[in-house]
Amino acid sequence: MNQALTFIDTTIGKKIVMALTGVVMFGFVLGHMAGNLQVFLGPDAYNAYAVGIHKLGPLLWLARGVLLLSLAMHIATAMQLVAQSAAARPVAYKVKKNNKTTFAALTMKYSGMWLLGVLLYHLAHFTFPGIAMGDYQHQHFSAVYTNVINGFSVPWVTALYIISMCFLGMHLFHGSYSLFQTVGLNNPLRNGTVKFIAQSFALLVTIGNILIPLSVLLGLVK
Amino acid sequence: MSTINLVLHVWRQTGSDDKGSFETYQAKDVSEHSSFLEMLDQVNETLVADGTMPIAFDHDCREGICGSCGMVINGTPHGPQKATTTCQLHMRQFKDGDEVWIEPWRANAFPVVRDLVVDRGSFDRIIGAGGFVTARTGSAQDANALPIAKGIADQAMDAAACIGCGACVAACPNASAMLFTAAKAGHLNLLPQGQPEKESRTRNMVAQMEAEGFGHCTNHYECMDACPKGIDVEFIAKLNRDFVAATVTARAPLNTRAK
Amino acid sequence: MDLQSKAPAGDIETRWSRHKFNMKLVNPANRHKYNVIVVGTGLAGGALAATLGEQGYNVKAFCYQDSPRRAHSIAAQGGINSAKNYPNDGDSVFRLFYDTVKGGDFRARESNVYRLAEVSVNIIDQCVSQGVPFAREYGGLLANRSFGGAQVSRTFYARGQTGQQLLLGAYQSLSKQIDAGTVEMFPRTEMLELIKVDGKARGIVTRNMVSGEIESHLADVVVLCTGGYGNVFFLSTNAMGCNATATWRAHRHGALFANPCYTQIHPTCIPVSGENQSKLTLMSESLRNDGRVWVPKKKEDIQKSPADIPEEDRYYYLERIYPSFGNLVPRDIASRRAKEMCDQGLGVGPEVDGERRGVYLDFGDAVQRLGKKAVEERYGNLFEMYERITGEDPYTTPMRIYPATHYTMGGLWVDYNLESTISGLFVGGEANFSDHGANRLGASALMQGLSDGYFVLPATVANYLATAEKVEIDQSHPEVQAAVQSVRDRMEKLLSINGERSVDSFHRELGKIIWGYCGMARTKEGLETAIEKVKALRAEFWKNVRVLGGSEELNVSLEKAGRVADFLELGELMCRDALMRSESCGGHFREESQTEEGEAKRDDENYQFVGAWEWQGEEQEQVLHKEALEFEYVKPSQRSYK
Ligand SMILES: Cc1cc2nc3c(=O)[nH]c(=O)nc-3n(C[C@H](O)[C@H](O)[C@H](O)COP(=O)(O)OP(=O)(O)OC[C@H]3O[C@@H](n4cnc5c(N)ncnc54)[C@H](O)[C@@H]3O)c2cc1C
Ligand code: HEM
Ligand code: HEM
Ligand code: SF4
Ligand code: F3S
Ligand code: FES
Repeated sequence: MNQALTFIDTTIGKKIVMALTGVVMFGFVLGHMAGNLQVFLGPDAYNAYAVGIHKLGPLLWLARGVLLLSLAMHIATAMQLVAQSAAARPVAYKVKKNNKTTFAALTMKYSGMWLLGVLLYHLAHFTFPGIAMGDYQHQHFSAVYTNVINGFSVPWVTALYIISMCFLGMHLFHGSYSLFQTVGLNNPLRNGTVKFIAQSFALLVTIGNILIPLSVLLGLVK
Repeated sequence: MSTINLVLHVWRQTGSDDKGSFETYQAKDVSEHSSFLEMLDQVNETLVADGTMPIAFDHDCREGICGSCGMVINGTPHGPQKATTTCQLHMRQFKDGDEVWIEPWRANAFPVVRDLVVDRGSFDRIIGAGGFVTARTGSAQDANALPIAKGIADQAMDAAACIGCGACVAACPNASAMLFTAAKAGHLNLLPQGQPEKESRTRNMVAQMEAEGFGHCTNHYECMDACPKGIDVEFIAKLNRDFVAATVTARAPLNTRAK
Repeated sequence: MDLQSKAPAGDIETRWSRHKFNMKLVNPANRHKYNVIVVGTGLAGGALAATLGEQGYNVKAFCYQDSPRRAHSIAAQGGINSAKNYPNDGDSVFRLFYDTVKGGDFRARESNVYRLAEVSVNIIDQCVSQGVPFAREYGGLLANRSFGGAQVSRTFYARGQTGQQLLLGAYQSLSKQIDAGTVEMFPRTEMLELIKVDGKARGIVTRNMVSGEIESHLADVVVLCTGGYGNVFFLSTNAMGCNATATWRAHRHGALFANPCYTQIHPTCIPVSGENQSKLTLMSESLRNDGRVWVPKKKEDIQKSPADIPEEDRYYYLERIYPSFGNLVPRDIASRRAKEMCDQGLGVGPEVDGERRGVYLDFGDAVQRLGKKAVEERYGNLFEMYERITGEDPYTTPMRIYPATHYTMGGLWVDYNLESTISGLFVGGEANFSDHGANRLGASALMQGLSDGYFVLPATVANYLATAEKVEIDQSHPEVQAAVQSVRDRMEKLLSINGERSVDSFHRELGKIIWGYCGMARTKEGLETAIEKVKALRAEFWKNVRVLGGSEELNVSLEKAGRVADFLELGELMCRDALMRSESCGGHFREESQTEEGEAKRDDENYQFVGAWEWQGEEQEQVLHKEALEFEYVKPSQRSYK
């Protein structure tokens, strides 16, 4: 039957949505990391940063809205695409070799789902007062430095974060470069450079984010 | 001349209704100069002698250009040798005693017809939807009236080299037909002759590709690795780009077409 | 039977345009009322079906592959000729016409050849407008090369994939019409019988190769564009599925088969490597531009590695015998000389059937002279292909080559309109005998296929439709029923024999007979022996072939069995035709008819005619009809390449 399609009905359209929402979230985690690294500057600087952000008021809510929308769209399209591609090969191969792709690329749906779970945990962990998870005292955001130190003093929490950051790194290892191909910006003349830069950022986010819980646990930041 | 013996596990399926299963056969005294398909011919001779139906597989030119042949050999479409179709794969790539798993292209949009034969009609329908330049016979201007930069012509030729074998779909973890569609659209979208219909071509080919039930592209690049003609994933980026541009400029709804 | 060529008389330059004017047209509003069947979707059939579909006729197109894009035209590498004279090196329609008549050794019809040369110019325009990515120069204009020893650069090419690109152009236009509904496409559908009603071709009987269903299709006109019959030889450069069934069935219904013995052997193919080989691969002729052909001078050297054979022990026979043309002598000469060397026991390469059949094509000098890089630029992809197949590296070890069957000039006899001796049955492309005489020039088959498909047949078929009386028939017509039944009976017959030997074993044996006695060189005794052998093999086939499975499923053996059965009849006719023609001309070399230097010697006095054979019934000797050939514009002369 003939049926009118919109851009978003096509797999290409969906992929572009994923890429764009991915970029938004990638941008957020980069910025978020930069902010969180201020924990190394000591309690005053870090707490002031948190307070500063919350002072933004409507702007903060706008940013939260964009992020939430991005996340929702990213997940919704991911689910549809994953389902569609699963249906595209109803009988699996008995033997299948992959030569070019990466483990990270093949596990995008799993690393993504992991990230979703951890994100929910993370919000409960640090953002919503009262439902602090883990064995520590959650205070108001103006005492965010203490929250972070207390939070990451619990070894299993730190371990969870570190593992999750590896997942994030994997997700972005593929996603950061892949999105250029998806939106059609690839060009053989520049591919090498683009890939290097994109994946460097992915690595940066991973390492930066791991440093924080690790330093706390090792007692480097108190 | 050296010969080898192999153990083959071949997918046998009598028709689209049949579930299918692997059967094990011995390939004896195979010359290393034989092609993979000649090895199967040889096995088929022994099967016929035993009263078993020969293994069905598509093939025609046996020189790597018609795109008929293709099977997944030990997990790789067209087998282990790079840039080589199944018919051009020679047995010197295998060792005595090797076990070889042989499966058809597996994709919903390529239903199995029999054994290793699949129906790739979906590719033809993608072309019918827009993979052409409308040029009424006899209406053409002089061929040299339209100069085309050598670089562009060469790039178009790179894309046009696709033989429509379907190995890209078979190799793609998502069973996506992006490489094929991108090569076909890219060839014509690059050329000046293809410009008037560029927008509708891109949209209609993509719409048809969607309707056929292929998977999506998550940039695994397995397709390029399996492609016997080395079609570059660069063309996928180009198709994405062309599709966005066409969506922006189009003034008509995008329709899927009746299958 | 009086063979009327219907070629217009008068000034050759205006024959086609005058003829076109004199033909009748079909009103655009009425076209959809006419049903046309096109069997074959190669260059000829694909171009025709697309053109007629776009003009508004109701077309049904058939091919045995899973997609029209896979017809064997796709394999052509070298290029397509056209008298565009873009390089301004003195080419013209007349020169292409002249070269083609001469190249065909004065065994083709002048009017047809002239039209071919004339239309060649439009073909390139048409293909470029479809987006065929021909090679270009830096300035953006089309590039040309000289091909097959031609003195002008008139060959257009798309890397080494010219046939593929031209076919894709036609296929894309065809796909558009399929999508638009004016052409109904039947892939994986094989024509197994012609339906003739009241002396006219009215349809075909087909088998759906997936479901096995036998169906009849009716139409007002039937066009066969089913390619050549080179697979009679079993080993050839043709695709595995190429067959003569469509033309042979038409022949059995009364369409004359012309010049079946004219087959072209291509000198640069990869030699046979073993008993189980199924197919020979062509290496582009361009290799002879820089490669030097040689064999060891001494028999004791044939097993040595070529590197161990010193220069003075190498026999560069082509350079020696033909000092001015050297390695670039025409295909038939290069082929025959290679055979001669191997016959003398100087062949190299692996022993197959107790013989070594191969000669060296050596790039050692070229690599030294031009550097490896330059050689790679010219021939890199061919060298890769060679290495893939043989496992040897041509940069360091000389290639081995040997001739193989490549093209068949013979085919169904057609008049100037490309209509066979059955009214309403047209034939285009390699399936007809029309334009190449006794030998085809390189890069001219693609030209002919597209000329027939895009330009000639659309005009002549329309003329037929406009002039023939339109009589409606339906599936219940007794002739239709009879044709369907005969196909069913034949399937049943093949399946019921249940003998001992596989279809392939028969095909292989037939190939050996034809290649041995009706290949590069032919003799009276040899051909007589061959005829007896083919007859005996045919008799055995019908008693002892083994076809498993049923008819209502995808059954590869059954498909092959039907084709081989037809080859077993055609093979005999080839030998008979070769026996009848006791002259040498073009690709047909009778050892009895050669000059003192061993070159082909024509006998214009007795054989300047087209030999067209009429079917008389099973196991009956066919009857020869002659169409005399006249040469008004190109006077016959003896070829000489010394
Ligand atoms: C390896 C090779 C290289 C060549 N290189 C060149 C070159 O460089 N230049 C050049 O000019 N020529 C070349 N030729 C010759 C040229 O390619 C062919 O002569 C030409 O393409 C034939 O075109 P066609 O349309 O007549 O037939 P084909 O392309 O062979 O098409 C035949 C069609 O008929 C169909 N068919 C056949 N039998 C049946 C049946 N029983 N029922 C239904 N359908 C049927 C097939 O499915 C197919 O669609 C080459 C040939 C070969 C083999
Ligand atoms: C180990 C590294 C990280 C640390 C130390 C960290 C720390 C924090 C802290 C302390 C807050 C609360 C801030 C406040 O309420 O003022 C917060 C909020 C948040 N974090 Fe993280 N975070 C890390 C990694 C991440 C990652 C990888 C993501 C995304 C995938 C993420 C997403 C968020 C979100 C969405 C919020 C809520 C922001 C808001 O209130 O709108 N964080 N993070
Ligand atoms: C929360 C749950 C998430 C899920 C389920 C998810 C899932 C996926 C999946 C399946 C893909 C692959 C899409 C494809 O390549 O076709 C993908 C791509 C991507 N994701 Fe996520 N993801 C999630 C979160 C995130 C987050 C938090 C970020 C950023 C920090 C992110 C960034 C990206 C990027 C940049 C891509 C690449 C898009 C492309 O290939 O064009 N994702 N995601
Ligand atoms: S893109 Fe490559 S793998 Fe895919 S159909 Fe074309 S040639 Fe085959
Ligand atoms: S392998 Fe599949 S995911 Fe895309 S890049 Fe190729 S189509
Ligand atoms: S059989 Fe034609 S590509 Fe393999």
